[in-house]
Amino acid sequence: MTVALAVGAVLAVVCVVLVALPFLREPKPHDDRLAVPDEVEQRRLSLAEDRDRALAALKELEFDHRTGKVSDDDYRALVAPLRRKAAEALRALDLRAERTDGERIRTGGNR
Amino acid sequence: MPDLGRAALVTSLLLLVYSFTVGSWAAWRGRRRLAESAQNALLGSFAATLVAAAVLLAALARHDFSFRYVADHTSRELPLGYTLTAFWGGQEGSLLLWLLVLCGYSCAAVLTARRAGREILAWVVPVLGLVGTFFALLLVFVASPFATQAAAADGAGLNPSLQNPYMAVHPPMLYLGYVGLTVPFAFAMGALLAGRTDERWIVATRRWTLAAWAFLGVGQLLGAHWAYVEIGWGGYYAWDPVENAALMPWLAATAFLHSVMIQEKRGMLKVWNVLLVALAFGLSLFGTFLTRSGIIQSIHSFTQSSIGPWFLGFICFITAGTLTLIFWRLPLLRAKTRLESLVSREATFLYNNLLLVALALTILWGVVYPLLSQLVTGQAATVSKPYYNFFLHAFGLPLLLLMGIGPLVAWRRASLRALGRTFLWPLATAVAAGIALLALGAGSSRVGVIAYTFSIFVLASILLEFLRGTAARKALGDSGWLGSFSSLIARNRRRYGGYVVHAAVVLLAIGVAGSSAYQTVRETRLHRGDSMTVAGNRLVFRGYETSMASNHRSIRGLVDVYRGNNYLGRLKPGKNQYFAEDQVSNEVAIRHDLLTGGDLFLIADQVNADGSIDLKALQKPLVNLIWLAGIVFIGGSLIALWPDAREERRLAARYAGATASL
Repeated sequence: MTVALAVGAVLAVVCVVLVALPFLREPKPHDDRLAVPDEVEQRRLSLAEDRDRALAALKELEFDHRTGKVSDDDYRALVAPLRRKAAEALRALDLRAERTDGERIRTGGNR
Repeated sequence: MPDLGRAALVTSLLLLVYSFTVGSWAAWRGRRRLAESAQNALLGSFAATLVAAAVLLAALARHDFSFRYVADHTSRELPLGYTLTAFWGGQEGSLLLWLLVLCGYSCAAVLTARRAGREILAWVVPVLGLVGTFFALLLVFVASPFATQAAAADGAGLNPSLQNPYMAVHPPMLYLGYVGLTVPFAFAMGALLAGRTDERWIVATRRWTLAAWAFLGVGQLLGAHWAYVEIGWGGYYAWDPVENAALMPWLAATAFLHSVMIQEKRGMLKVWNVLLVALAFGLSLFGTFLTRSGIIQSIHSFTQSSIGPWFLGFICFITAGTLTLIFWRLPLLRAKTRLESLVSREATFLYNNLLLVALALTILWGVVYPLLSQLVTGQAATVSKPYYNFFLHAFGLPLLLLMGIGPLVAWRRASLRALGRTFLWPLATAVAAGIALLALGAGSSRVGVIAYTFSIFVLASILLEFLRGTAARKALGDSGWLGSFSSLIARNRRRYGGYVVHAAVVLLAIGVAGSSAYQTVRETRLHRGDSMTVAGNRLVFRGYETSMASNHRSIRGLVDVYRGNNYLGRLKPGKNQYFAEDQVSNEVAIRHDLLTGGDLFLIADQVNADGSIDLKALQKPLVNLIWLAGIVFIGGSLIALWPDAREERRLAARYAGATASL
């Protein structure tokens, strides 16, 4: 019974401390808002996904062409749009990065 | 001690309610510290549930019959191993295991899946909290494993069917699978609630889904092997509702694992993927409901209880909530691209998805129909083997064929010329094999021949994929064939791990077709010295032997096996009489033939007072390929699950800035 009481007490203390920990650690935080990516970051993520998708598709197409799964004609027809898509995504990401850097320099802030 | 168990469960319930309610508030209002606190509550609930589980385990180990659960499911003479596995032998213990695994998964998932992003993770916590709250509520108010009574002198014992080494691993594996499907469900719902329907939730849960699916698959195979060696009817799968209960979510998760690749590669099928995740989770809940509610008559359904309506209510709530959420977020789930051709890799994935879901739903109907007819007419209709076999053949055989077609077809579109080139060898090999099988007399079963021919086609296409891929890697400069082969797998673990899993499914198909379509069965009464013949094996009955164990008495028939004049050995089918449980179990005898992969399977149907035996003998060709499939399946799953440093770097670059803890 004593062991059970001790284990129960330790469990209760641990659980209370765990739940209260964020408030004990930061009683008066500078900012208590849940940091979520803003629209700019969302757009960057979407472009990064598009870029990765296009690059992965290009890599897969090259490999399938090498293994004979994709004929020369199919390869020629498919590779150009995929390259274009990858290039567009890369260009958009570069432009966005330049713009963000420019804004940072103008505002003198660090993100 | 029961007080400690009860207190731990109440603590767990309070923490889960906190993580659900406060976590929802924090995610909705965007409060960082509250969201962290709700996440910590999940960690606390795991600790509390762990204490509750330890209390129950200690009570089992100490034979503390003041715990009603211990008295109902064990006895003093039950061996320690089975005494401990009785933890999940009854309803209350099973529910506790569900909660323990759920809390463990929840902690691990929220602590490791940081790529999901803060705003998604903030919503994942309350979804996990909600599911946990339901199970904790059941354990605290409806089915407590810590109910007490005046300590009995001895317990009622454990169902003899559960006194088998497989019981140590089969139920935990299944639960790791069932419960594991909660993680992708929670992340999918979290993404919908946060309004972030990009790929982050998929990336964050990829391994969790794969692991849950692999556990569920291995758990089913272990269950099949348990049924084969323990239940004593000569089979491994009987379309029992509880067996189906595990198969349905596995089929839905298999469909999801395929269709999610289309979303990753083409940005399509977002609605379908969320629906599939919800379906897999809903079916895993339904499976637990079937097993634990006592609503169905099944060899696996060891309990009768009143938790059915609770489960049904929760399943309805989850289904309605999920559909509402998906409908609300439909505008965010629009595809970025369209299917370019009906002859493409993504199209074959789509066909595979339709067949898998159709198979899962027809099985669901087979399970539900008797329950509905009981409800409406008062009489339970029976849905038996022919129904399931029909749909298994109608959907399963095309699925098998698609496993061979898929790898040979390119993404986006494929021309006839390319198809002709890639299909030539697998097709030629399959046709030649089909003709050879017919010539060898396998035509007695049309389904068997079709299954074998398709299987050869799939194996040939997988082999060709590995050969062509290795050759391409070698041409790209990798050193040697072995180096090229390992580089091929290392560069795309999911694809080639998937092919190994496909090979496992083929082995399974060959094993199932061989052992069911081509099995031989003989039944006869033998007196001492009599013999019978089955598939070329002569069986001679030599009498009985008996023995005593701590909790049962055994009687074994002594059957000598000969092939021609060669003595192959002695098999001992018989029965066990369990004292505390007052039950008799069938104990089968099996002779494995490693060369042919077949089994000679003996069942002592009746042990007669005049010293004779009613012996049932089955020759099951290729049945051991089913168990070999399990090993290959684990290998393929591990390849697919193994971390890929290159992929990790790519994802780190993609999500840099968007990942962190709450």
